[in-house]
Parts: sequence; C-alpha cells; structure tokens
Amino acid sequence: MANSEFSRRAFLQGSSLLMAFTLMPVARKALADTEVDTLGTVVLAPDLPGSLRTNPYLDAWIKVGAEGITVYTGKVELGTGVKTALLQIAAERLDVAPAAVNFLTADTALTPNEGYTAGSHTIFDSGTALFNAAAQVRQMLMESAARHWGLDVASLKTGDAMITAPSGARMRYADAVAGVDLHQYAQAKSPDISPEQFKLIGHAVQRLDIPAKVTGAAAFVQDMRLPGMLHARVIRPPRPGSQLTGFDMPAIERLPGVVKVIRDGNYLAVVAKDEWQAVKAMRAGYEAATWAGGDVIPDQAVIHQLLPKLQSKRYPIKHEGTPAPSSGKTYRARVTKQYLMHGSIGPSCSIAWFKDGMLTVWTHTQGVFPLRAGIAEMVGLPPAAVRCIHAEGSGCYGHNGADDAAADAALIAVRLPGVPVRVQWMREQENLWEPYSSAMLTELQASLGSDGRINDWKYELWTTPHNERITNAGRLVPARMIARPFTSMPSVPIAQPEGDGDRNAIPLYETGAASIDMNFITQMPFRTSAMRSLGAHINVFAIEACLDELADQAGVDAVEFRLEHLTDPRARAVIERARDEFGWPRRSPAPGSGIGLGFARYKNIMGYCAVAVEIQVHPQTGDIEIQRVVTAVDVGQIVNPDGLRNQVEGGIVQSSSWTLYEAVSHDAGGVRSYDWSGYPILRFPQLPKHVEVHMIDQPGQPFLGAAEIVQGPMAAALGNAVADATGHRRLALPLTRKA
Amino acid sequence: MSRKKLWVSAAVALGAGGLAVAFGLMWRPAIDPIDKPVEFDTAQIARGADVVTAGDCAVCHTRPGGKYLAGGLPLVTPFGTLYSTNITPDATTGIGQWPFEAFVRAMREGISRDGHFLYPAFPYKHYRLLSDDDLADAYAYLMSGPPVYEPATPNRMKFPMNIRPLIAGWNLMFLHTAPFEPAAQQSQQWNRGRYLVEGAGHCGGCHTPLNFLGAEKDTKALSGGVVDGWEAPSLLGLASREKPWSQTQLVEYLQAKVVDNHGTPAGPMRPVSQELARLPQTDVDAIAEYLLSLPASDAKPSPIGASTALTAESARLGHDLFQGACAGCHGGAAPMRAIDGRPALTTTSAVQADKPRNFIKTVLEGIAPTPGEPGPAMPPFAASLNDQQLTALAEFIRHQASPDKPWPDVDATIQALRQETP
Amino acid sequence: MSKVNLNVNGQVHSLDIDPDMPLLYALRNQLELNGAKYGCGLGQCGACTVIVDDKPVFSCVTPCAGLEGRKVRTVESLGTAEHPGPLQQAFIDTQAAQCGYCIAGMIMRAQALLEKNPRPDQATLRTHMATNLCRCGTHLRIIEAITRVIENGGLHG
Repeated sequence: MANSEFSRRAFLQGSSLLMAFTLMPVARKALADTEVDTLGTVVLAPDLPGSLRTNPYLDAWIKVGAEGITVYTGKVELGTGVKTALLQIAAERLDVAPAAVNFLTADTALTPNEGYTAGSHTIFDSGTALFNAAAQVRQMLMESAARHWGLDVASLKTGDAMITAPSGARMRYADAVAGVDLHQYAQAKSPDISPEQFKLIGHAVQRLDIPAKVTGAAAFVQDMRLPGMLHARVIRPPRPGSQLTGFDMPAIERLPGVVKVIRDGNYLAVVAKDEWQAVKAMRAGYEAATWAGGDVIPDQAVIHQLLPKLQSKRYPIKHEGTPAPSSGKTYRARVTKQYLMHGSIGPSCSIAWFKDGMLTVWTHTQGVFPLRAGIAEMVGLPPAAVRCIHAEGSGCYGHNGADDAAADAALIAVRLPGVPVRVQWMREQENLWEPYSSAMLTELQASLGSDGRINDWKYELWTTPHNERITNAGRLVPARMIARPFTSMPSVPIAQPEGDGDRNAIPLYETGAASIDMNFITQMPFRTSAMRSLGAHINVFAIEACLDELADQAGVDAVEFRLEHLTDPRARAVIERARDEFGWPRRSPAPGSGIGLGFARYKNIMGYCAVAVEIQVHPQTGDIEIQRVVTAVDVGQIVNPDGLRNQVEGGIVQSSSWTLYEAVSHDAGGVRSYDWSGYPILRFPQLPKHVEVHMIDQPGQPFLGAAEIVQGPMAAALGNAVADATGHRRLALPLTRKA
Repeated sequence: MSRKKLWVSAAVALGAGGLAVAFGLMWRPAIDPIDKPVEFDTAQIARGADVVTAGDCAVCHTRPGGKYLAGGLPLVTPFGTLYSTNITPDATTGIGQWPFEAFVRAMREGISRDGHFLYPAFPYKHYRLLSDDDLADAYAYLMSGPPVYEPATPNRMKFPMNIRPLIAGWNLMFLHTAPFEPAAQQSQQWNRGRYLVEGAGHCGGCHTPLNFLGAEKDTKALSGGVVDGWEAPSLLGLASREKPWSQTQLVEYLQAKVVDNHGTPAGPMRPVSQELARLPQTDVDAIAEYLLSLPASDAKPSPIGASTALTAESARLGHDLFQGACAGCHGGAAPMRAIDGRPALTTTSAVQADKPRNFIKTVLEGIAPTPGEPGPAMPPFAASLNDQQLTALAEFIRHQASPDKPWPDVDATIQALRQETP
Repeated sequence: MSKVNLNVNGQVHSLDIDPDMPLLYALRNQLELNGAKYGCGLGQCGACTVIVDDKPVFSCVTPCAGLEGRKVRTVESLGTAEHPGPLQQAFIDTQAAQCGYCIAGMIMRAQALLEKNPRPDQATLRTHMATNLCRCGTHLRIIEAITRVIENGGLHG
C-alpha cells in the first residue's frame, strides 16, 4: 500500500512535472530550436505537451469510426522499435488492445508533421503527444456515453474499445464518437493514471515488425513491388563538383532492357525493365562517362591541421565565472576524430510514381514533410502535388542517403509519368555520397583548485555541420547536379541545449568557471550531417578523459571524483549503479587489463547513462578485447523495457565499433572507403564478452528518449580503459589507428 | 675362433657400435628448466619483436581464432598433420621454463628443451643462421609476453614419421646449412637481405622444391614450391621476367599492397607479407634487393601439359560468370579500379602464371579481411561456383590475359584442389 | 536471355533471365522472395546469404548460370510468421533485431552451421557468423537467439 501511495504521489508529481517541464522556458526553447522544428511546423499551442504544441487537433492523432481506431504519428520506425512503443502508449491511454489499432507512421497526406525522427525525440515528443491525446479522446468518448445514458462519467469503465455502464449497458467507441467532435484542440491537462495501472507501458511488448523480418515477409521499402515498376540506377561523378565532359548515351540506350537514359547537366541515370539489366547498364554507363575536375579531397593525415584554417563562424557556447588562480594542477589535451560514415547496411532506396499530376514517393527518410518540400521545389510542383510516405529502410543512424535517393526517384519518375520507378543505390554510392559525420578537433584545458575540485574549464571545438537536412531543394545532392542546379541553404548549427557539434560540450559536472566555444566550419571538405549523438561522441570522450586525468592529479578515485562534482541525484544514481554492478575498481590480473568509466546526460536534458568497461590490450599485438561492459541508464518512465535494453546494447556495440576501428579513408586521390573492405566495422569475433544493462525506471516521470544516450559514455569508457591498461592515453579516435 | 663366429662377432660389434652411434645421434639430453623467465629491457624486447616478425613465428604458431603464439595451427604435410606448439611463456604448456640455451638449441638444431626432436616443418635449417644477438632478442620478446595455458594438440603423423628419433637421420642427411658469412663484394643492404631471406624469413621453406623426404633441394633453392595447394613461385630471375619486377613493386608486394602488373599476395603469402609490412622499411628494401639479384635458373621449364582451346560456349559462360560474380569489384568501372587504380585482373601474377593453380585457389578461398583494418578483401567462391563454372571462368580470364597461352589441366587442377579443401 | 532452371525452396522454376544474373536478383525480382537482401552486392556483408545444397553462400555473387541441379533455400523455407521455424522463433523470442535488415541473412548463416554442427561452442559460433555484418549492433541478441536453439536441442529439438 505504501508503495503504491508513493508511486501515485510520484506519478502525480511526475505528471505535473511533465506539464511543468513542457511549460518551462528552457524546454520550450529546446523544442523550438531543435532540428525537429522545420518547414511547416509552426507552434500553434505553446501550452500543450509534446508535439501537440505543433499539431494540437486531437483528430490529427486519433480517428475513431466504424472502420475502427486509427492512430497517427509523424514519427517513423527506423529500427529502434518506437513504432511499437508509441503504439503501446496510445493503446494504453485509449485502453484498447494494440491489435485493435491501425497505427500509421509519417505520411504527408495523413499524419501530423513532427519534423524529423531524430535526436531521441520520438518518445519525448510523439510519445508525450499520444500519451495525452489518447487519454483525452478516451475521456471524451466516455463523456459522450455518459451524456447518452445520463450517468456520471466516473461510474463508467472501458475495455476492448467498449464503454460499460454499471448496469451492464455497453457502447462501442465507434458509436460513442458520434457524440463528440475530435476536431478540436487538445487540453493542456489529461486524465490522471497511476503507473501501476499500466498494462502496456513499462511492459516488454513484443515488437510488431519482427515476425515479418525473420520470415521474409515484405517489411522494407526495398521489398515494395508496384505494378509496372521499372528499375533505375544512378551514375554518379567520381567526386562532388565534377563536370560531365562526355557520355555515350546511345550506347547505353541500346543495351537490353533499357527503357530510358537520363542526362541532365551532370546528372545521369538509367532505367530498365529488369533490375539486373539496370545494374549492367549502370556499369556500362560508368565506363561511358568522362568527367573533369571536382572538389579537392583532403588528406586524412592532415585533416585536423586543415580544419581550423577553413572558413568558420565562432559560437560562444558557455561563458561563466572568472577563472580562479591556478593551483598548478592542470590538464590540457587535444582530442580528434576522423570522418565516420553511417554505413547503413542496406544502401538507400526509394520508389516514386508520378501519376495524374500527383508525385508519390516511398522513402525511408527521417522527415517526410521537409523532404516533400525539397522535392516539390526541385521538380517544380506545388507541395500539395507531392506526397512522401515513409516505408522502412535499414538503420540510418541519422541523415544518410535516404533523402537523396528519394530525390533521385522523383527526378526520374517525373520524366516517366505513369510508371513507378525504383531507385536502389549501390554500396559504393552509399559509402561515397552519404553525408558523413564530421571529423572534429577539440582542445581542452581544465584546472583544479587548491581544494582539489575543478575550478576552471576551457573547451574549444572545430566541426563541420551536423544538420544539413532538407531545408530547401539545394540540400538534395541530385538537385545540385542537374543542368539548372539548386543551391544549398547556408548551414546553421542547431542551438543549445540540443547542440550540434557542441552537443554535450557543456559538462554536467560543476567546473567553477567555464569557457566553451564552437568553431562552426561552413567550408566543408566533405558534406556532413547528423549521425547518432552528433558532437556528443567526441565531446563526452574528451570530457571524461579530462575527468580521469584530473582525478588522478587530485589523488582521488575516478568514480568518486565524478560524484564529488555532480549534484543531480539521477546522474549520481546511474554512476553509483554502474560502479556497484561492475564491482569498481575490480580488474582482471591478466597482463594488459584496464578499466574505465564514462558518463553523460544526453544533451544535459535527456537520458542519463553511465558505462563501466573492462578491456584487455594485448601487450605484444596491441589488439583490444572488450571483456565486460556494465551500463546503468535512466530514461524516465520506461515505455518498453526490452526495447530500451535493445537500443542500449546496440549503442554499446556500435559505439565500440566507431571508437575502436572506424574512419573514412581519404586522400587527394579519393575516398578509399567505397565498400566494407575500406571501412571495416566490428564483426562478431570482436564483440564484448559480457554486457549488462541496468535500467533505472522512473514511473510517471517524463519520457527522456533512449536511442543516443550511450554513444558518448561508451566511447569515453573505452578511452579511459585503454589509458588504464597501457599507461598511455590515446586522444585520437579511432583508438586502434596506427600513428 | 671359427670364421663364422668371427663374422658374427664382427657383425655384433658393428651392430652394437652402429646402435651406439645411432643412439648417440638420436638422443639428446634434456636441459634443466628454469623457474621463471628473466626480465628484459624494453629496447631488447622491441628488437626481438622485429626478429619474430621477420621469422613469421606468429603465422604458424597462432591458429585462426586462437590466442597469439599459443599454437594449434594444423600443418598438412605428405607425412601427416602437425600442430604448431605453444610458444608463449606458459610454464606448463608453453616455453616458460626454457632457459636461453634451450631456445638456441631448438632454433639451431631442432631439439626441444626436454631433448625430443622437432619436425623439420619447423624451419630450424634456416633459423640456425640467426646471429647470437638476434636469438637473444627474439628470446626476450617471446619470454616477455602474456603466458597462455593451451595444451598442444597431438600430432597425427603417419608411420614411420611418427617416430621422432628418426629425424636424427633426416638431420644427418639434410641439415647442412653453413653459418652465415656476408659476401664481401656485396653491399651491406644486399647482405642484410640475404641474411633475412635465408635466415629468419626462411623463404626457401615454401619457395624451394622438396625431395621425397620433405627436405629442400638445395641445388634448386628458391626455384619454386607448393604449399597448402598454392604455388609458391620461383624467386629466381624476378628482374628479368616477361613482366619484370622493379624494386618498388617487389617491396610493395612484400608489404601486402596492391601492385601494378602483379596484384597482391594471397593464400599463405598474405599473412607473411602483412608481417613484413611491420618490419623497418630498410629490411624490406634489403629483402627485395637480394631477391632481385638472383639470376634466372638455367633449368628448362617443365613441359606444359596439353591445353584445350576455348569453345564459344565456354567463352560465353566465362563472360557471363565474370559479369555476375566478379565485375562488381573487378570490372573496369568498379571503384577499386577507378578510385584505387588497382590493376586489371588479367595483369596479376596469378593470372599471368604458367599454371592456373593460384588463380583457382584465390577464387575458391578468397582473401580474408584483417579485422578492424582497411585493405583488400575478396569473398570465397567455393560454394558459389561449381567445377564447370570455375573452369569456364579460369579459361575466360586466361584468354583475356594470354590468348595464345591457355592454361593446361584446368579441370584436373580444380578437381585436385577441391579434394584438398572441401 | 535464356531459360535457367532454379530449384528454390523445393520448387523448380524455369526462368527466362540473363544467365549472368546473380541469384539474389532472381530471388527478389523473378520469384518475389524478400528474405535475401541487397546489402553490398560484393560478397562482403552477408545480407544476401542463402543456402545452396548445404552451404551458406552470398547470393549476390552467385550467378544463376550453373545453379542447375543445385538446391537453393531461403529464409522463407524455414517457416512463416504463423509457424516460425526454431531459429525464427528464437529470434522472435529474444527480439533479436533492431532494423532487421541483416537478420534473414544471419538466420540462414546460422541454419547452415547448425545443420552441420548442432553444438558449436561460442568461439566457433562467433567465427562462423563473422562473415555477416550487422550495423545496428544487434550481435549480442543474435548470438543469444542461436545459442537458445543450440541449448534447446538444436534444429530438431
């Protein structure tokens, strides 16, 4: 009893906190300046929670009728399991079984505009919106039944999409809806519910999409087959900026099965009846084209000398306090990372169909609304004549080739009216043309006061953009290649507290004075854009390296030192939990063993994550084996515990791959990472031997998002463990790179 | 004494004497074990790392998926299968109890610490050329690594080769390596190259033909051999071939790079070249200089067997197979050609060779990527292509490279290789 | 174009295709089977893994010409969403997927191993699966799913 009272109270506090949170100036600013607020996403109702602010009508989210219950989200399934999680939330609050809901993800013709599915915002924004909208709709349906029966609404119950009176009288939702108008704004406050009453939220509901994926049922955009569909392949230049000087078009047109060859400025594509014929025609097309010039490709050996010399704008991120007199204990470091690629396992694919003046594009983009606007501008159609429907692709981890492949499909489809056209990028096209994750350079200097606490923190970073998303047609690579090319909008960083390259550049620790600046480089050697956690990967790595070094200078254990500088109880809780479960500072006596800790609160406003790792660095070969990974996470109210665990495990493995091995290989002669042989990623034999994920649930607390919380802390833990194992700190990512 | 008795006595005496000599030959004393390896300074360990790298110790003494230097790699010989031993400094299963003296005896004479003979698959015939300093440095490196408990896998040698003391006789017949003497009239780099090739590098172990008892035919040194089904080509006359090797090309090939007109090492040479890539540049330069100085052999090339002309149907099939299975990487517009400038398949050593063996092996086995490191990689096609397809593909590609010198015995080679590697 | 006979999942199909067509395209386009996927077309990632006779192969670099007389099996042959096979069930039970694009290839690679070796140890399992890439980091669950099948008596347990 006491327990439930506590939870109830906690929930009530939590839900009022939830409301309060979304009303707080910081949060409103956060939601206003994020990458998810894009074209057409106007804040109409600032007092409403989550994405109800921008899509306040209840029937934008939920429709009830004779055909059943349909729930809409403007977010998409990227492989993170959010489609299932969002359905859990909606079904929970509607009090129906998940199977009773027809759940639709982003479609410009049908769903709310929630910008992009990115930045761990899905549950944060869309989940919050559905949590409230669904509850309000259920309440309205009950009130409708109550009016009809002349009863007090509090006496009614729901279940199986039915409203039941104490007398046993029943009314289906489909009938109750006649008495309400769902085309009205949601309320700021929703009916209460205690977390113990949750039947779905907080439970490991199995993902809806997995059975199809393990049995070969159609599940991806790559699996779509439309009547009369033709297959297209694009022929790209050797590098961006190259000009087409010659192309033997007739020779390609003559090839078997070829229906059309497109040449428009520097843009080349072939269309054939059969996919294999398209591939062969593409290969011939590559050989039949001659190019001149192109952007200069930098040499990766000197990229970090080059970056600070390029055109950039300096943004102050935090300037607070005056530096105290130095105690003499200082740590200075220069931390670097190379370009990384998303490396989606399935290269980008899209289908477009231009029929009766309407261009429909099936795409695995993260943002159907911005893409629609960009494509409409590119092909010269009004936005209303373009419809973008999300269909799953393989994991994208950010802005990959999806939007450009959709633009390819659109460009080709408008030249073949009436016929669906499928474009599939080749592996090398994905590797060479996807927007990379920026190579970065950071310099930090921090000092201890005479009391052994951090009293000064200076941090400066250099980065190219982490958000080159589709704000105009010129952001689409195909649109830049055609004879009348579009120009990309100028690059603008995502502001704090979300952050861009500066994401998580502000330590959560108390640092006394702080002086943090970002040099935002707009003259990009490579096009770069968002990849899972943006700047947090290197920023957390750098901050945590510094914490370890300062702890060492202070003569304090690394974990204790962090706790001494953190007041946030939830931050302390994840660190303590990781420490205790790991048995810190236990390490194996085998030669080359090392342990390390990494911690961050994502963007300082989202999920908390602490990681403790034990590795072994072979004293002779230098090979790194990850022996143990122990993680503690806190993402607020957990929606699907198994989904959360899945995301954290995946992030641990992916971040290990990035941090230990990955770098795009490039020099003046070109990008050498055109396939997996040139861009090796972690394979099964390199997996950590043992992984634990400890989840601290916060029933009733706001949803904080989970997909990106572990990238930075895992990298940091590995960096610290390598330093512990070898006695030498490596500050150039990837950690196994030979000097 | 009767004549007969005299003969019998003489025979017994000779026999006893012979047995005594034989016993003396076939028995070696154990060298006392040490408790704990000595500590060595980091500079010596670093030098030792280079000796061990040049000697390719890890290539044989580490099995795929196994721990570094812990042994267990099978070596298939005509006399049975051997498994490499654990040379980590583990006290019970490795060499942790070996004093330096025992290590030297093993490396120079092929005798284990406890006195048993080592099979000459272990190339002590070459390692005995290592200088005292190099042996001391190698010992330091090996004894400073992490000990790994990994008991040896028992060998499966056929009778009579499973009787180790008989190796004494083998040594008597074949172990004639003279100590290394630098040639005064040659440069320091040339002599260094020869020292590495004949000594630690033990190139002759693969690149020299073996006699029926598995010993290198010294008169035919470096004129070519076969290992694990792969042809280890002749290293003689490299500079005077139809497609000659330049110093730069040979150095880069030895460092596992992709080289114009020659390609990249595959098969057993690949791990060797990856080790060489970690040696000081001057050492690889020296090896190349020495090898390039070796004159072509006088011996007449062995007669080439009958070859069949390419039928139109086979040519069509080969062309289709290339398009479907190979062109994604090896086609003219493929990135590794267009961006990396890697040579056309038809110009590689494997396709230029007189025999199809290495080409077929490469197609069957592929080239494994090095975990975590960028570099050439190729999938294995053993399960994707059947024998008829392999034949057509081989003939097609050879025809592109040397239309008037088709390969002999393609069918038979494929069948033989399939049997060796199921 | 010519007639190529392919035996896929126990059924023989006579296809009018270019004989140089890699098996992957025939499976996906002519036979409309979704399991095998295009991940690289270069034999590097394994998303296209199917079983030919008893061996796992990269269908993206296996030309149809000459597959005559050999038996091709895709993930569709192992079961359906209503009646999943043992490996498929294990992948569902352990929720061993994030985006799921690599999973069909993983299942076929594992199927081929377990058909030959019903009780591989963990090191053997990880080495065998090394040919297949997963970018989302689902590896731990994939190993867990396969291990579950091994420990529950294998494919016929």
